[in-house]
Amino acid sequence: MRHITLILVIAGSVVLAGCAGNGGSSTESDLRGNFKQAGSSTVLPVAQAWAEAFGGMHRDVQLVVSGGGTGSGFNQFCRGEIDIADASRPIKAEEQAACAAAGIEPFEIQVAIDALAVVVSRQNDFVDHLTVEELNRIWTADASKQANRWSELRPEWPNERIERFGPGTDSGTFDYFIEVIIQPFDGKESKGRSDYTPSEDDNVLVQGVAPSRYAIGYFGYAYVHENADKIRAIAIDEGKGKGPIEPSGETVAAGDYTPLARPIFMYTKGAPTGALQEYFRFGLGEEGQALVEEVGYLRLPADRLNAMREKVG
Amino acid sequence: MSRLDLSGIDPRRKRTDRLARAALAGVAFLSVALLVALVGTLVVKGAPHVTKTFLTSYPSRFPSRAGALPAIVGTLLLGAVSMAAALPIGIAAAIYLQEFARANRVTTLLRASIGNLAGVPSVVFGILGLALFVRALMLGKSILAAGLTLGLLTLPIIIVVCEEALKTVPRSMREAAFALGASRWQVVRHHVLPYALPGMLTGSILALSRSMGETAPLILIGAAVYIGYMPGGLMDSFTALPIQAYYWAQDARTAFHDLAWAAVLVLLVLVALGNLTAILLRDRYQRRYKW
Amino acid sequence: MLFLFLSASVAAVATVGIFLTLVLNGLDFFREVSIWEFLFGTTWAPDFFPRQFGSVPLLKGTFLIGIGASLIGVPIGIGTAIYLSEFAHDRVRRVVKPAIELLAGIPSIIFGIVAIFVISPLLQDWFGAPVFNAANATIMLGVMVIPIITTLAEDALRAVPREIREGSYALGATKWETTWRSVVPSASSGITAATLLGFSRAIGETMVVTLAAGLVPTMSLSFLEPTQTITAFIANRAAGDLPTGSVEYLSIFAVGTVLFLITFVINVIAQYVLARQRRRFG
Repeated sequence: MRHITLILVIAGSVVLAGCAGNGGSSTESDLRGNFKQAGSSTVLPVAQAWAEAFGGMHRDVQLVVSGGGTGSGFNQFCRGEIDIADASRPIKAEEQAACAAAGIEPFEIQVAIDALAVVVSRQNDFVDHLTVEELNRIWTADASKQANRWSELRPEWPNERIERFGPGTDSGTFDYFIEVIIQPFDGKESKGRSDYTPSEDDNVLVQGVAPSRYAIGYFGYAYVHENADKIRAIAIDEGKGKGPIEPSGETVAAGDYTPLARPIFMYTKGAPTGALQEYFRFGLGEEGQALVEEVGYLRLPADRLNAMREKVG
Repeated sequence: MSRLDLSGIDPRRKRTDRLARAALAGVAFLSVALLVALVGTLVVKGAPHVTKTFLTSYPSRFPSRAGALPAIVGTLLLGAVSMAAALPIGIAAAIYLQEFARANRVTTLLRASIGNLAGVPSVVFGILGLALFVRALMLGKSILAAGLTLGLLTLPIIIVVCEEALKTVPRSMREAAFALGASRWQVVRHHVLPYALPGMLTGSILALSRSMGETAPLILIGAAVYIGYMPGGLMDSFTALPIQAYYWAQDARTAFHDLAWAAVLVLLVLVALGNLTAILLRDRYQRRYKW
Repeated sequence: MLFLFLSASVAAVATVGIFLTLVLNGLDFFREVSIWEFLFGTTWAPDFFPRQFGSVPLLKGTFLIGIGASLIGVPIGIGTAIYLSEFAHDRVRRVVKPAIELLAGIPSIIFGIVAIFVISPLLQDWFGAPVFNAANATIMLGVMVIPIITTLAEDALRAVPREIREGSYALGATKWETTWRSVVPSASSGITAATLLGFSRAIGETMVVTLAAGLVPTMSLSFLEPTQTITAFIANRAAGDLPTGSVEYLSIFAVGTVLFLITFVINVIAQYVLARQRRRFG
């Protein structure tokens, strides 16, 4: 019955491939390991850039990167399913508790600074800047001050409906934005209005905002950097006398792009050792930080960088 | 069928007849045209980007360097795992239903459930796969979990196809064997099965092609966005062509959209190869078993 | 022998398994959300404040696109089937039939990519439509279900006995009259089943709607607006991988149950209709 033999041969080679995949080794590098990383879509470009470069240098270190949102990343991390949680906000108390219950100690490493950008399409020719108060009115759930049309913010703007795009509630970017733009005005319970196009994948948001003159969105600056031909970031006026500030390397480094500049993180299970430690040494080193700038974020300021390097060891 | 003699007929009815024929031919032609347009679009948009780099590299944040190698390997691996899981069960189920089952309520119920399983949306299979294989059985987001889920998805097709293959075995063969004193199991194992097996495998390749094209269950089970190495072990994270294409299509940078076209073109080629193999095998074995 | 029986029952076990998984988790969901709100509420905002779990917008999205796709796929599918069964020369059959089978084998992700990269720009240019809209998905799904409808309808038409056609010719009818007034009505059960299964396939599809139809469930009936279906919601949600046990996670099972029940009922009706046709013509 040669057909059965054929089936067995195919099945056998699958099994062998399985064994080979795990046991095969090369003598190129003494670093080896299999690491899973997931979480923030904001941090994803950094994670991918580092994984590609680091993986290229050490062929036996296998890095798998996924997205899913900061919240989702922490969930998987506290269930022990992944080794690195990417996050665009610090870990919350309840997430810390969940990790503790599973015997996992989250070790926080700041990896870069993001200038969270408020973004419109390049076809939008009327918005020059927005005040934080106007931003709040666009996204607030408070019906008494909600702005539904651009003209409600400033009468000289078009009388067209504002099309909103933003991260979903699993996103650290969402949490951060709500924390600094909504909650100071509307109270700690408020989460802003829910009638917008949500996605944990910032690429989808770019694709939504880019073709529409009346669309507005917010996400990590790397995505503005990568798509500068289609979208632009608006200057934000915090109302504290500095005037409207555009997000850029200089303004963030000078501490002027507030309140939207923020650190982004990666979390490991306890202090990283072995291949993971090398990975973070790489990421916090000159090459890794240069990659951070390449994807569109800002490297950590010198004092924080040194603190992180010491932390990682 | 000979042509009807419409000479004595009211010209209006003749005209309606001719119009209807033309309209129907047009509609049928439209169906074919849609297929051609679809495949044509794919080739035009995708072929320029199916380069050697594309076929042999790992994904990258640089479109010019990015490739679909782990995705291609992943697709083939998932196909193999799903077949390894579904074939034995599918063949066994078909044998049972065709050769051993009696026409009673239980059999009707079994057949009905197979028919219903065939109509369940693929995303629901994904939910089941997530709840059962990934979480309950703790297989994690692995090739094994995804392969088992896809296997379950294609099981109804395999059963139907295997039953059809068994039905082609002439009664005379079975009856001759019975007449010589063979038990039912001996008849199946030594006479029916060898005859029907080529047909079963042929049909299964078609099922395999179907499972290689599924995306929704993979999203649910959790394919990785970036894999920097060759997935090989059953418990490894996975990616596959349809899902790699999905991620690239969602990337805001248009250069990656080109890669998405390339990826689905490669996928279509794999699917087409599978179907072609199945058809060739079927023809070859049909010629061998001429009685 | 026992192994054989067990294998045959895998399908039954799986169906029960799916049902149980959906329903048990769904019950957990309904402990926290009122079934009244779920069935009749018109806002679907599972993770906002205040949370709302009205499934009507998702149902609207699912049915809008499903019916739209059927409106495209059914005429073309049945027309093609009639042509293949009653009018086509052998040579033409040998081209058209394989073409339909090929169309059936094209993976759904391909339809999704064509929807977002080819159909969407066209609609943006011609109608000023937004990037994501229901029409993108409807058009491609319509094309996608043509093969299912054609295959089943053709089977039904071919099963109609010769006598019916010959009787009609004997009475002096033209071919078209025979087809339209005698053959097609006789095959109506099979054709109905074909339509139902085509519709079922359209509402069960995920990739086309996830890529092209939109991310916001609305109550709008316009095809040129974005909308979200049950399948797209599940795909978007699960990609975010929510904590097990949270209401947001459980909402997947609630809508999944609804989808499963709808397709299940449609499939059962279709099977029944098919069986009835078989009994009529043996």
